[in-house]
Amino acid sequence: MALLRITSPHTHRAGQRTSWVMQMVILATVPGLLVQTWLFGYGTLINLVIACITALISEAFILKLRNRPIGFFLKDYSALLTAVLLALALPPTVPWWLTVTAVAFSVIFAKQVYGGLGNNPFNPAMVGYAICLVSFPVPMTQWIGASDLISAGATPSFSDSLAAIFGTLPTVDSYTMATPLDAFKHKDGLMASEAFASIAGLQGPNLSSWMYVNLAYLVGGLALIALRIITWHTPVAMLTALAVMSGVFYAIDPSNAASPLFHLTSGAAMLGAFFIATDPVSSCTSNRGKLVYGAGIGILVYVIRSWGGYPDGVAFGVLLMNFAAPLIDYYTQPRAYGHEKAKKGLTIGGEK
Amino acid sequence: MQTPPVYSFHGGIHPPENKTQSLQLPLGHPSLPRELILPLGQHIGQASRPLVEVGTKVKKGEAVAMNNGFLSSFLHAPTSGTISAIETRPIAHPSGLSDLCIILTPDGADEWIELEPLANWKDISKTDVLAFLSEKGIIGMGGAGFPTQVKLQGAHKHTLSHFIINAAECEPYITADDMLIREKTLELVLGIEILQHIVEADNVVIGIEDNKPTAIAALQQLLRERQSSIQVAVVPTKYPSGGEKQLIKLLTDKEVPSGQYPADIGILCQNVGTCIAVYEAIQQGRPLISRFTTLTGDALKAPQNVEVLLGTPIDHLLAYADLQENKLSRLVMGGPMMGFTLDSGNVPVVKTTNCVLAATKKELPAPYPEQACIRCGMCEQACPASLLPQQLLWFSKSQELEKAEHYNLFDCIECGACSYVCPSSIPLVQYYRHTKAEIRDTREAAVKSDIAKQRFEARKARHEAEAAEKEAKRLARQGAAKPAAKKPAKPAPEKADTAAPAPAVDEAAKKAKVDLAIAKAKLKKLEKALLEAQEKEHTEEISALQTQVDEAKKDIVELEKLVASAPAAAPVAKTAAPALSDEAKKAKVDVALASTKLKKAEKQLAEDPDNQELKDKVAGFTADLKAAQETFDKLGGDVKTAPATAKPVLSDEAKKAKVDVALASTKLKKAQKQLAEDPDNAEIKAKVAGFEKDLKEAEARFAKLDSAPTVQAAPAAKPAMSDEYKKAKVDVALASTKLKKLQKQLAEDEQNSELQGKVVEFEKALKDAEARLAALEAPTAASTPSDSSTVVTPAVDEEALRKLKIDSAIAKAAVKKAEKALAKAIELGSEDKDSLEQQVNKAKARAEELEQALQNGGQATTKPAESSDNGADDAEFKERLKKQKVAAALAKAQVNKLKRQLDADPSSECLQQALAVAEQKQQEEEAKLEQLTNTQENR
Amino acid sequence: MMTVLLAIGILVALALVFGAILGYANVRFHVEGDPIVDQIDAILPQTQCGQCGHPGCRPYAEAISNGEAINRCPPGGQATVQALADLLDVEAIPLDGGAEEPVQRVAVIREDECIGCTKCIQACPIDAILGAAKQMHTVISDECTGCDLCVEPCPVNCIDMVEVGVTSRTWSWEKPQGVGVQSAQIIATDRQTEAAQ
Repeated sequence: MALLRITSPHTHRAGQRTSWVMQMVILATVPGLLVQTWLFGYGTLINLVIACITALISEAFILKLRNRPIGFFLKDYSALLTAVLLALALPPTVPWWLTVTAVAFSVIFAKQVYGGLGNNPFNPAMVGYAICLVSFPVPMTQWIGASDLISAGATPSFSDSLAAIFGTLPTVDSYTMATPLDAFKHKDGLMASEAFASIAGLQGPNLSSWMYVNLAYLVGGLALIALRIITWHTPVAMLTALAVMSGVFYAIDPSNAASPLFHLTSGAAMLGAFFIATDPVSSCTSNRGKLVYGAGIGILVYVIRSWGGYPDGVAFGVLLMNFAAPLIDYYTQPRAYGHEKAKKGLTIGGEK
Repeated sequence: MQTPPVYSFHGGIHPPENKTQSLQLPLGHPSLPRELILPLGQHIGQASRPLVEVGTKVKKGEAVAMNNGFLSSFLHAPTSGTISAIETRPIAHPSGLSDLCIILTPDGADEWIELEPLANWKDISKTDVLAFLSEKGIIGMGGAGFPTQVKLQGAHKHTLSHFIINAAECEPYITADDMLIREKTLELVLGIEILQHIVEADNVVIGIEDNKPTAIAALQQLLRERQSSIQVAVVPTKYPSGGEKQLIKLLTDKEVPSGQYPADIGILCQNVGTCIAVYEAIQQGRPLISRFTTLTGDALKAPQNVEVLLGTPIDHLLAYADLQENKLSRLVMGGPMMGFTLDSGNVPVVKTTNCVLAATKKELPAPYPEQACIRCGMCEQACPASLLPQQLLWFSKSQELEKAEHYNLFDCIECGACSYVCPSSIPLVQYYRHTKAEIRDTREAAVKSDIAKQRFEARKARHEAEAAEKEAKRLARQGAAKPAAKKPAKPAPEKADTAAPAPAVDEAAKKAKVDLAIAKAKLKKLEKALLEAQEKEHTEEISALQTQVDEAKKDIVELEKLVASAPAAAPVAKTAAPALSDEAKKAKVDVALASTKLKKAEKQLAEDPDNQELKDKVAGFTADLKAAQETFDKLGGDVKTAPATAKPVLSDEAKKAKVDVALASTKLKKAQKQLAEDPDNAEIKAKVAGFEKDLKEAEARFAKLDSAPTVQAAPAAKPAMSDEYKKAKVDVALASTKLKKLQKQLAEDEQNSELQGKVVEFEKALKDAEARLAALEAPTAASTPSDSSTVVTPAVDEEALRKLKIDSAIAKAAVKKAEKALAKAIELGSEDKDSLEQQVNKAKARAEELEQALQNGGQATTKPAESSDNGADDAEFKERLKKQKVAAALAKAQVNKLKRQLDADPSSECLQQALAVAEQKQQEEEAKLEQLTNTQENR
Repeated sequence: MMTVLLAIGILVALALVFGAILGYANVRFHVEGDPIVDQIDAILPQTQCGQCGHPGCRPYAEAISNGEAINRCPPGGQATVQALADLLDVEAIPLDGGAEEPVQRVAVIREDECIGCTKCIQACPIDAILGAAKQMHTVISDECTGCDLCVEPCPVNCIDMVEVGVTSRTWSWEKPQGVGVQSAQIIATDRQTEAAQ
């Protein structure tokens, strides 16, 4: 009988594999997904299906080109997670080809071209999202509006969603409406209070529907923390930074700035904080690094929302901080056992 | 009793404990196995040196191997029996490689030697107690196997604030320490008290995990009864709380600085097993010959703890615990977190074997294939050293060694927590181990290349100095030669000669000084490396470096002596050095120096055969050489008696004997040569006889040693004729070299006259060889040193026979070689083909000619060797030899050049080649001419 | 006209000032020797084997600094080429004569056959062979760099180049094979053959 000769340790934690991690993250998006479907119609679900199929096909295609075992890598669920996150971030009514473009770009150019899972410097989902946002700004910023929460008639039916996505619904405009962030950005010189009173996108139902969506993601995110799949550092730092930034500016000028609550509960704040900024591959790795990284995203999100060209800034905030992640990592090494101080930076050339 | 505070450390994991299985049965005592395998390297540091030979009968507890340097340990027979072999066997090592082991076949009597406890350990000096512990083979029984006396010595560096007894045993499955505490509670406490006395510690804490309630209760009860000041700190169960650094952090909240030892911050850690071993050694005189080991795993029907003799094969233990062979999928020595797998069960239990885990496939499933690192950070949360395992993996994969070091790779304790939690099943620890080894290798290579560079530069400097000196000498001689041309060539060379030996001595002194400087530099470097290694806690490195440092120091002492003695001329400095080997080395150096000088003088004599003073000098040097050889001889005698008194190390003895044989044969050779030069000298004859006897003795001794099957790789025992055989071989080699040269010259220059001259020379050389052979025969044939004619005559027949054989062999070899050259030439399409063919034919013809001539010659009576002619002949021969050497060197250089050209441009025209050959020829002729004129001048 | 002259004047003055500074710096911070040669020399393995065509490592280092190819050092192998390429910021080219990885060897003299001719001693670039005329020679294996130079001069061919084997003290774990490969290599042990018999 043949005995194994391998290095220690010989025992491994049962069950918690990379695929399990990915599955748990996907599962944690379910509350958000449900709420989004409930409030904005079936578009998100349809997008999800399109995104998943695209992701699997493009991943398999590239793996085949790269001569890698396809089944082995598809089973790590990383492509599916990218697809799910993108589907959640895209507006429910985007044309199908936009979803396909975004997902394929994410998987092929943002991930596989760098060497596949674990080697991508940028968050793949956000790369795909940002590319589409830059290239097709109009469909990317049109969301289903929720004028009245209770009346379900306001959300498009399944067939309407399908028709909208495949471009055969002429009346799609009747469903869409600027998101609160978009609306607030384009308040055209109105005072904040006036804007909230007059603009449809900033009316109660639309605001609260976005709040519900964000709360649902918060629930999913807390579940991830409880499962120890992510640590609290990045989301807390990001949300705190966002809250502090908005709080400071709200305190200085309440007539032109929105409240911290508005910022925390609209747009992709929670989705970004718990599901996108925490992508381990492209984020910082040490706990202190994660704090810096999260805070950086929070600040950038506020900056882009307030003074940038786009209504929401999560995608760009995350991508910009991805750039900074290696640098932050070098300066936030933990203090190792037996060392008085943590090492900082990186000395090359042997001098220490 | 107060409970000491317990702190916490970063990270850690909670793998399933699996400790209950092996605690169901009481302590087992397996039977004696068929044989016990005792590896010589059971600990960190240098392997032990065996003290026994094959066939030695030993009693239980008798030392079978002793320490070899500072970081090493003793080894004892675990039972009485016979040493059946000392050979390489598979050892308990992750590599599955074999190493040298002493194999003991038990006689079943289990008879102890008389045990001598150290009753007065409280009164004698602590160094003596430590030495006693070292002699009892005590090493750290927790993990790495650090020799205990070394660790305790280190504890004296600072006053100890804490003395920690490590009973945490955090690895899953293992319960050996648990069982040990339960079984030997009192011994443990007494052992701790002894250690407490040795290291003068007040604050003693036993760190134990809370999953051993029985052991904790037993300990606490006993400590209460004894009103001991020893405290028991119960730490929460978390892997790796039993790691030394982690336990220190848990119990003292201090961290051992990176690259340092706990002793540096006033803390000492000892394993419970070590404490008990110390107690048994001091109070009972028992050496470390057995230990507690856990046999566990689902493949065993009766998992349990056993007290097992060291050296017991694992198979034996597995059989004792009812192994179900078909269920076994992985055999692990040690725990599942840090243990290593064994290829088979034929490896022995060693001093650090705390567990043997026979796991089924279900229990320890094969790891999943490695997936990509997603930098999830789970490893970072688990790392007890607060490292960033994911970053280290990245650097390890890309072999960025500097970055890996910068990220504190060497603070990794290889506990395996990161691999355990890794969701991508990355064998992180293996990556780190590999990278650590890479870094160490790179460092070693750097050190080695530095040394090589130094040596190269020293050599270059020496050569330059020598060349300058030669030049100066040549100028001096030229200056002297002018007046010598007018006068009858006597006083001038004298001047030159008196000048010559002085520089020779100077030279030797200079060389010694250079060597000394190099050695000192090396020592400094080594010490620096040692310091660094100590800082970085590379124990293996430390031991190696330590020995190197010791060696270097020894070298320096020796060299210093040499430097001191050199100006006072060679044969002085025969002061008895303390170390045997040193003395021998020195004597060897003396011999070498004396012989060099003798050679020089002889050369000068050859140049100037009439110079009486030179002759005297030669005689003086011969005497010196003789004296040096005598010291050597004496030392040989010492060596002969040494094994009985000093170190009965088997292989060493064999080596020594071999050296003796070599020395004796060299001496014999030398004496024989002298005899050949001066056959009338009765003294030399006597010496030859004496050397002959020595040689035979040495050979006999060597043969005896060699016949013992344990000595490895020793060459087959030499027959009594070996020296003659060697000599014949030497002659053949010399003759064939000459023949080679001849052929080369023949190929280049087909002028017959020269060739004939060469042939004559060649024959002369052969004659010389013959004469030497005859001389060789003479003392053996006629042991009575009567007159020279009787010595020579009986040898004549044999001489002729031998000559015939040698010549025919040489000629045949020449033919073969020429044929080979021809084949090569044909292959290369060279134009030399024809000349080479001619050469082959010539060589063949010559071979036949020679054979015939020699056959005739064998029948014809050879004229008796004339002693007076011999000296002159010799001188002449030497000159010609020299000439030939130079010619050959030139020829060789040119051949090399040709080859290179050919390599560089294989398609090149043969014209160039021919040109090169012509050039070569010309140069050679010039060289020869020059030499000829030189010899004429000298005459 | 005045402005033009002024501009020229200022520029000349500046040129003089900076020239003076440069000149001073050149004297003040003058570096003895050629540090790049030292750096190259530090990378070379110091076997002094001459396989590069130069008599030793330092001459080759000097030649490299003068533009010779960096791939002429077989004992250093591709690793040395890479290190040199990194140092000199040039492209790493494959090793001259095949990218065979160097195996660490040492010379071993079959002492029974040694005739004590001292030829190998003279050939050894680092004095790692011990012996005297007509005395048996031996190689100090710790110092031997495995350069081969002693093999050829031996008239009785009694020098072998022996690979430095792996012992349990020098052994180390190999690098894992990477993503997607079964990290456990199954090793059939003697048990298997025993069972088969």
